[in-house]
Formats: sequence, structure tokens, C-alpha cells
Amino acid sequence: MQTIEEILAQHDFFRDMDPVYLKLLAGCGMNVRFDPGDYLFREGEPANTFFLIRHGQVAIELYDPRRGQLPIDTAGENEVLGWSWLYPPYKWHFSARAVSLTRAIAMDGKCLRDKCDADHDLGYDLMRRFALIIIDRLQATRLQVLDVYG
Amino acid sequence: MVDQLFAPTITTAPAEPMLPEVFRIQRVVKESYDTFTLELEPDRGNRAFPFEPGQFNMLYVFGVGEIPISISGDPLHPETLIHTTRAVGTVTKAMGALKPGDVIGVRGPFGTEWPVRAAKGYDVVFVAGGIGLAPLRPALYHILAHREKYGRIVLLYGCRSPEDILFRRELEKWRARFDLEIYVTVDYASPRWHSNVGVVTKLIPKAPFDPLNTIALVCGPEVMMRFTAIELAKRGVRPDDIYISMERNMKCAIGFCGHCQLGPVFICKDGPVFTYRQMQGWLAQWEI
Repeated sequence: MQTIEEILAQHDFFRDMDPVYLKLLAGCGMNVRFDPGDYLFREGEPANTFFLIRHGQVAIELYDPRRGQLPIDTAGENEVLGWSWLYPPYKWHFSARAVSLTRAIAMDGKCLRDKCDADHDLGYDLMRRFALIIIDRLQATRLQVLDVYG
Repeated sequence: MVDQLFAPTITTAPAEPMLPEVFRIQRVVKESYDTFTLELEPDRGNRAFPFEPGQFNMLYVFGVGEIPISISGDPLHPETLIHTTRAVGTVTKAMGALKPGDVIGVRGPFGTEWPVRAAKGYDVVFVAGGIGLAPLRPALYHILAHREKYGRIVLLYGCRSPEDILFRRELEKWRARFDLEIYVTVDYASPRWHSNVGVVTKLIPKAPFDPLNTIALVCGPEVMMRFTAIELAKRGVRPDDIYISMERNMKCAIGFCGHCQLGPVFICKDGPVFTYRQMQGWLAQWEI
């Protein structure tokens, strides 16, 4: 069976990361599993985790009182989900629901924040990786709101 | 890069390219709330209408006007001419009101084709946006009819909402095959939608193909094609191996009138299918 450290090392998000940091980060990770319909997190709840999805698909949803839970994006295998743990007020902006059986590594964001505060090189490395994800999502969202097929 | 960009075509240029032939509507299929497919047969005689995947015709609604529309039917069954379009302008709205038995003028086929012969031995990735699936469908028919000659076949299809999905029944049938992978994503979904949400470019990093041995055929709104090509190039697909289908205001369809000029090319005559390398510098140019 693979250790968390090995799984992290193989994940695109942590590609080429210093093995010393990987070992450190592995201490903040745990294997999790969600059945279809289970929520990984809900809007407004404390955000102290992020997820490396290993298998399955997750819908990112926004609640509309008139229309119910609206899927605004999806994340699947090999993607990273969640950055609200990085910035105050550390609360989820959206909800995330497993669409199919989902296996992931849940990383303890609070534990990571402490480690990043203690070692700024690690903090910078991690922030750079998250910035890339945030940029990708921002670009995709810009295209999405353009309504190009309209 | 493929060895031969464009294999010789079996079609010939129309003898009288400016003279419409009369076709009769056999069937009208409503694909979505604003999109429809016309199935046409020649009014006189039983002549087949050979064409290459990617080519277009000029369709003339008598008394209203003429517009270019890509052929969306099966090139192996040229006895029925099939076009799919959205009712968005004066001519397409009038076209959408036509019924079986009505007549329509047809000039064509015109333009360059998708490189389906040159793609033999390669993985082929189709990336379609909205109505852009229609011009790609003939290439899909061709490749599926010669399936053993190609590597992996992947279709990435993005559209506005689940209600806008074109050729839904056919997509479901193709998805049931074990030799073609289809991924659909929508921009807006209801809670009942259980598949991908987001722009089609998001599907590219995860799609199963070998970038160095891939021919990508891309069709959709220009902004979508631009970002799709960038994403494919990021994955490692060469600009010479990415093909896009361009659209401009085409009038004569034979390169005389100049309406569809884009930089050094006429879309009607030199296109509509180009490599991304040919178009790369023109896609983000302002005011052309």
C-alpha cells in the first residue's frame, strides 16, 4: 500500500517539490472517501482542509433559494480542491458534493498554515502552487461567464 | 506534423459555382430550442452530392438571402445533404420556418476539409463548442467508419447548458462504443446535471491522448478555439497539428468578393479549415 508521502510525490500538484517538504506535508494528510451525494464541505463552514482528488468527481455548488444547489464547476481526478483554508476568515465560499464515489487525500490546512509560518520557504513554494491553480480557475471562469456559445 | 496536410479530395469544384441548384427539404429535425437540421435532396434527378468533412455550402432561402453553412452529414452517404444551424439571423430564422417539401438553393461544396486522411495512425482529438459540433460531425463519421486506421479518438464537447447539447442521441450511441471517449461539459447546469461543469478547455489537461502523436480538430466560437489551441499547445500538441475552422462573412464563396478576407487569406477559398499555426497571429488581431 502506498504511503501518503508517496501519493503526494506522484500528484501533479506536488511535482518536483523538495522531498524534505513532502515528508513534512505528508504528516498533515489523510486518506478520505466520499459516497455519491456526500458533502466534502459546505458553504459557510470553517475551512481547514483542502483535497487532492485521486478518483471520482466533485461538484462545486452555490445555493440559490429559488433553484436549489447549483453546480458552478466540477473537479475530478488529479485536481486540487479548496483554497479557503489559506485566507481569513477560513470559511468555505461554496459547497462541494461528491457526484460519484470519490477518494482523496485531505490535507489539514491549519497544520499547513502553522508549518508555512514556521518555514517561509515552504510557505512560498506552496503559495506559488496554489496561485497557479487560482489563476487557472480564474481564466476558466472568465471564459465561462463570457457565455461564448450564446 | 502530419506527412501530408491535405490529401487529394474526391470532390470537384461546382461547374457553375455562382448558380444555386434547387434542393427539396425531406426532413427537418429540431435539435434544441434554437437549432435545427435540414435534410435535403436534389429537386431533379437523384444525383449524389460528394463532399469532404469540413466543407460548407451556400444555402439560399429564396427571396430572403444566402448564407454559408457547414455540411453536418455523413460523407459516406452523400445522397442526402445535411446541414445543422441555429436560428439567429434573418436567413436562418426563415430557414427554420421551412417545412418538408419546400425548396432551397444550394451552391457548393466549398472550402478546405478536416485532414481525416492525413490523421491516419494518429490519436484524433475533437474539441467542439456549441454549434461547432455540427461541422465536426462529418469528420467523426469518416473516422468511425475507418476506426482501425486511427489511434485513440476523443471528443471534448462544451456547450451552454444540458438543453443545448446537439445530436444527443448520437452522442449517447457513440459513448456506448468502446473505441471512442466522449466528455461533455456545460457552462450552466441545474442540480439534475451529473457531469462536468465548466469551459471545454478544462477537459484538455485530463483527456487521454498522446500529445506528440495527436491531430486536434477544433470548431466553435473563435474565442473558444483560441483558448483551446493554447491549452492543446500547453499539453504538447504542435501548432501544425491543431486544425481550426474559421468563420467570416462569406458572400461569393469562391474568393472573388473579398468579404471574408482575414489577413492574407480568404476564409471561403483558403479555408475554412486552417492549421493553428496559419491562424495563430490573426486570432487575437483587433479590427480585422
